[in-house]
Amino acid sequence: MTTLRNFSRFVTDTLRMVTTGGPVYYAWVAFLLLLIAFGANAYIGQIHNGLLVTNMRDQVSWGFYIGNFTFLVGVAAAAIMLVIPAYIYDWEPIKEITILGEMLAISALVMCLGFVMVDIGRPDRFWHIMPLVGRLNWPQSMLAWDVLVLNAYLVLNYFVVTYLLYCAYTERHYVKKLVTPLVLLSIPMAVSIHTCTAYLYNGLASRPFWNSAILAPRFLASAFCSGPAILLILLQILRKTTKLSIKDEAIFKIAELMAYTMGFNLFLTAAESFKELYSGTEHMVYFQYLLFGLKGHNTLVPYAWASIIFGAIAFILFLVPKTRTNWVTLNIGCVLIYASVYIEKGMGLIIPGLTPDALGEIYVYTPSVTEISVAAGIFALGFLVFTLMLKAAVPMMLGEFTISRGRKGAQPAKSEGHA
Amino acid sequence: MMDQDACQPTPGAPCPSGENNGRREFLGAAVAAVATALTGCGKLSKEEFLQHNFRELSKEEVLTVIERLEKEYKEKYGKDVKVANTPALPGVMFGYALDLSRCIGCRRCVHACVKENNQSRDPEIQWIRVLEMEKEEGVNLQVAEQYYNPAEVPREGHFYMPVQCQQCKKPPCVKVCPVGATWKEKDGIVVVDYNWCIGCRYCMAACPYGARHFNWGEPNLPSKDVNTDTHYLGNRPRAKGVVEKCTFCVQRTRKGLYTACVEVCPTGSRKFGNLLDKESEIRYVLENKRVFKFKEELNTQPNFFYFYGV
Repeated sequence: MTTLRNFSRFVTDTLRMVTTGGPVYYAWVAFLLLLIAFGANAYIGQIHNGLLVTNMRDQVSWGFYIGNFTFLVGVAAAAIMLVIPAYIYDWEPIKEITILGEMLAISALVMCLGFVMVDIGRPDRFWHIMPLVGRLNWPQSMLAWDVLVLNAYLVLNYFVVTYLLYCAYTERHYVKKLVTPLVLLSIPMAVSIHTCTAYLYNGLASRPFWNSAILAPRFLASAFCSGPAILLILLQILRKTTKLSIKDEAIFKIAELMAYTMGFNLFLTAAESFKELYSGTEHMVYFQYLLFGLKGHNTLVPYAWASIIFGAIAFILFLVPKTRTNWVTLNIGCVLIYASVYIEKGMGLIIPGLTPDALGEIYVYTPSVTEISVAAGIFALGFLVFTLMLKAAVPMMLGEFTISRGRKGAQPAKSEGHA
Repeated sequence: MMDQDACQPTPGAPCPSGENNGRREFLGAAVAAVATALTGCGKLSKEEFLQHNFRELSKEEVLTVIERLEKEYKEKYGKDVKVANTPALPGVMFGYALDLSRCIGCRRCVHACVKENNQSRDPEIQWIRVLEMEKEEGVNLQVAEQYYNPAEVPREGHFYMPVQCQQCKKPPCVKVCPVGATWKEKDGIVVVDYNWCIGCRYCMAACPYGARHFNWGEPNLPSKDVNTDTHYLGNRPRAKGVVEKCTFCVQRTRKGLYTACVEVCPTGSRKFGNLLDKESEIRYVLENKRVFKFKEELNTQPNFFYFYGV
């Protein structure tokens, strides 16, 4: 009974906390809500007119939405980047920020599911894919696997985050016997969400660009640099704006790990490019389209090279201890990695997979205004989820806001519902 | 549970169970209302929303669904569209063979197919794509041209290769569908339940033949062009947001007729028949001509063959 009462207090206090804040907080939330409304408006148009308002067509039947989905699965998987050293090596400085990684994973998954939802032609038939209610073609379809693991990973992370925060709120130490196995479970789960997503493309013999055994390893390697790149910048912001203490040591350690994964990612990309271009079979055309252009079509070429060059520069910046521990070069490296992987695992993966198409036709795809607007709305939704979670989580993690502390201060505060 | 929901009162269609659970009806209607908003048109009925996968429907439910569809088509097109659900005939496995040395690339098959199968006219969805190839290159997709438009065909130095659904024995499109909305019938035809497809387009990525097509917008099918002789799994008018494909004119071939493309071909390049019938023309082609399968290395095992007749 006490637990139930405490939990309902936890929920109401959390709600109160996310609806009150300073002017900057309100402005940020309002900005995100505006973007969401903008995206929703574009999506209503898409629902009304069909996916005709996108630039996808039969030749390139997946585009910007699925590209973003794939990239964000990587970000979601990256939470384990922090969990592995924290729990396997029991490395204290990282442990406290693991929860941030998990919240990032939750936000990324929300965006992933959003991108899938806006991509399907019949969102009204969404229930068809729900296990038991609909008819999930499992274990045959890799998409069915992906639906299951993504949702399981979402639930798992959500539970762990809620539980840890609830414990902090009620001023109790979390039950290690419960948390450690769950956190350890999240490691193979994170690997599995990204592997499943890679297999989704990997299993299609019709698309030689994707039908490569190192696709899943490449997915994991790139995810392990892009996710932490976002986190590193975030940790610095949090250090500045809250009392959360994150040691330099932890940030530099993560940066070092990113150097290795980025190096590995570049190596795998090189291995794949070499195999295709040197052997020069008919499967080469997709790499040609990506890297050099084909029959005068070279839309992707500047992006592809930007991705490779950004990745290489970031690799060097993170490898050299001097630039790794310099805040300016560290942050430049983070931005470069983010951009590099966003291109590589987004449009750089989807579009050459489908161009030339199954019958050799080249349809030049670029996202339409609707696609970009809807995507902006989904990104804003993800940022909003993350912002709201952080707003409540940081004071709880710091012990500033618990069932006995901080609440009195919270009660007289104006609780007008801005959110 | 779904089974009973699927037979909620459609005017004139008695519900076999005779039950009328008010609360469930209310819930169903509420969910359907939300779903209607999601489709972007105000026409989604509760019955349509709750309809289950075609293969899970009982005989009565299928009849109810067909009655509903015929009514909808009547309202939409002002014509009596007949929706058949003729099952696969026992002892029949359809096969197709196309003579590359005869085909002149006139695309009459492409247009006869559109006319027969109620595809959207604008933008026009074509289930058959004809590739113009250079004789020197042989079958090489990298030099194939789909948008050839000379004054006269065949063009000097070129040959023509029409590509449509190859009705694979191991269809990759069926394997990947996350909801089981597409499957292979007993007579070898790969079909789609247009009322179950969620429009994720995974099958389109999986198909090595570009045989699957998506209704990117509301299909534009003028009433005057509607072919009223349809099949549930074949040429009945489709909706926005679902995938469609060649069905070997299931509405015709299960009645013993040829497909529209076979019938219209002026050069006799197209051969169609029952692979299990030793006397059939298709068997004659397979036994006496040198045939090949398109993209054989992918092991999709098509029931569609190409050959050089002369």
